[in-house]
Amino acid sequence: MIENVDPALIDWSRAQFALTAIYHWIFVPLTLGLSFIVAIMETIYVRTGNEEWKRITRFWMTLFGINFAIGIATGIILEFEFGTNWSNYSWFVGDIFGAPLAIEGILAFFLESTFIAVMFFGWNKVGKKFHLASSWLVAIGSNLSALWILVANAWMQNPVGMVFNPDTARNEMVNFWAVLFNPVAVDKFLHTVSSGYLLASLFVLGISSWFLLKKREEWLAKRSILIASVFGLFSSLMVAFTGDTSARTLSELQPVKFAAFEALNEGKQDAGLVAFGVLKNSEDNIGSRKLNEFVFRIEIPGFLSVMSGGDRNVFVPGIKDLINGNEERQILSVTEKMDRGRYAKKVLTDYKLAKSQNNKEQAEALMNIFGNRDFIDNYFRYFGYGFLRSPEDAIPNIPVAFYTFHLMVMLGFLFIAVFVVSLFLVLKGTLTKYRWFLWISVAMIPLAYIASESGWILAEMGRQPWIIQDLMPVSAAVSQISPGSVMTTFILFSVLFTALLAAEISIMTRQIKTGLKH
Amino acid sequence: MRRILKPLASLSGFYIDGFRNMSSWGRKVWIIIVIKLFLIFLILRIFFFQDFLKKRFGNDEERSKYVLDQLTNPTVTHD
Repeated sequence: MIENVDPALIDWSRAQFALTAIYHWIFVPLTLGLSFIVAIMETIYVRTGNEEWKRITRFWMTLFGINFAIGIATGIILEFEFGTNWSNYSWFVGDIFGAPLAIEGILAFFLESTFIAVMFFGWNKVGKKFHLASSWLVAIGSNLSALWILVANAWMQNPVGMVFNPDTARNEMVNFWAVLFNPVAVDKFLHTVSSGYLLASLFVLGISSWFLLKKREEWLAKRSILIASVFGLFSSLMVAFTGDTSARTLSELQPVKFAAFEALNEGKQDAGLVAFGVLKNSEDNIGSRKLNEFVFRIEIPGFLSVMSGGDRNVFVPGIKDLINGNEERQILSVTEKMDRGRYAKKVLTDYKLAKSQNNKEQAEALMNIFGNRDFIDNYFRYFGYGFLRSPEDAIPNIPVAFYTFHLMVMLGFLFIAVFVVSLFLVLKGTLTKYRWFLWISVAMIPLAYIASESGWILAEMGRQPWIIQDLMPVSAAVSQISPGSVMTTFILFSVLFTALLAAEISIMTRQIKTGLKH
Repeated sequence: MRRILKPLASLSGFYIDGFRNMSSWGRKVWIIIVIKLFLIFLILRIFFFQDFLKKRFGNDEERSKYVLDQLTNPTVTHD
């Protein structure tokens, strides 16, 4: 890694970004999903003309409004952090990040802020259909906002559609559509928004179950559970399906992350998927890095190969194959990638030197190398490896990747089962008899947040050491500022976000207890 | 002129009326929004989150040179 960078600076900068992103993600998924649930309920009201549906819509709209309002601008802080703590990265990504975020800002402003006012102030002042259209536009707008953020994030996981300009040290977008339809972006968007729908469905299911346990608002609760169960079952199946396609993309584009979340040391055909397992440190190591092995595991035979390539015979490379290389499978070693990355860095250094010495002939010759396809595809694409000290630096934290992945998947299957049972019981009309199930439904609310956050921790921790896959490690991205100042803002954020979360929970709890009376 | 002013007046009336008749939870979240935006944009942004490259360098050329130095000469000492 960059030799003179204080590890404390990197750690605090990462911790601060993680804290901000985790808190921000508490508010976002509920907005994504609840906006659609509210729009569906209002559609039923407009179609049936039943005033009870209007009251239900307004109840859930209130909770949506509280969450939306408390969450406003928590994402802006992430953009501040890019400019202050991650200035090398911000400069290096150039307009790739700027364009999607600018579109997101415009969409968020015009769609959400305009129509959300109609949603809340417009009852009995605008026509029913116009109000309904506003509710749908808020839902679509908030999901489209998420699209652009996820496009930017996906570019970090799989940088495409750009060329590097050695004069400015920036990447320049040359193909907007490649950035937008980046396979990681498509998978990530579908998986993320559907997980938001799932979380919101569990939120509605849990609160409605609480009403039934308290023998209150039964009409609201039963109809809300019906909507939440149908929407939640559809969403949870979509989450499972998009998770599967994401895994396939991941195995191709981020194979180290793929191997890490299964703690797969040795590559193999007919590789099994660990359904449940416990890790311990192994005697085996790569360089100075200890690997992990299983204390015990329950495995689904051949399923990891199927997830990776649709066939049990597909070879899934393990961490050793990916770090040490595997000639038979044509996998480059990290040592080889480090050599190529160092060569790319040297060409850039020589170019900078030639320019500073006004050696136009050499500068032009070196500039031509940057336009050469072979150099771009086989050397510059490994630019980030030039910053690594040793091959094992390319291994992420395996236990974190493994446990977050398995926790997310196990909870995902639990949620599917909960939606199936709730739908069955509510259709049968016997839901209120099963108080234990109502309590389970209430308990699903925090579990939904845990699953959702686990997904992001896996996505971001699993791709370490990269801030931009293969092009830039986090250590090269960080600004040369004092770790003390990052630590100070970390504490400030902890206080601010905790206060916001406490405010949200407090206001929301009061509104839930008020029920339909407000 | 009236054609422009009338819709503007009804639009502003829509918002004024909305805020005036706001529920108690609405007032609370607006207070939180205002405090939060104040903290984020007037305290954190100004005192803690200045743009590192914009603050240190006057133009893009200097910024490019700095980042190039960072990427190509990792042993350089930074103040």
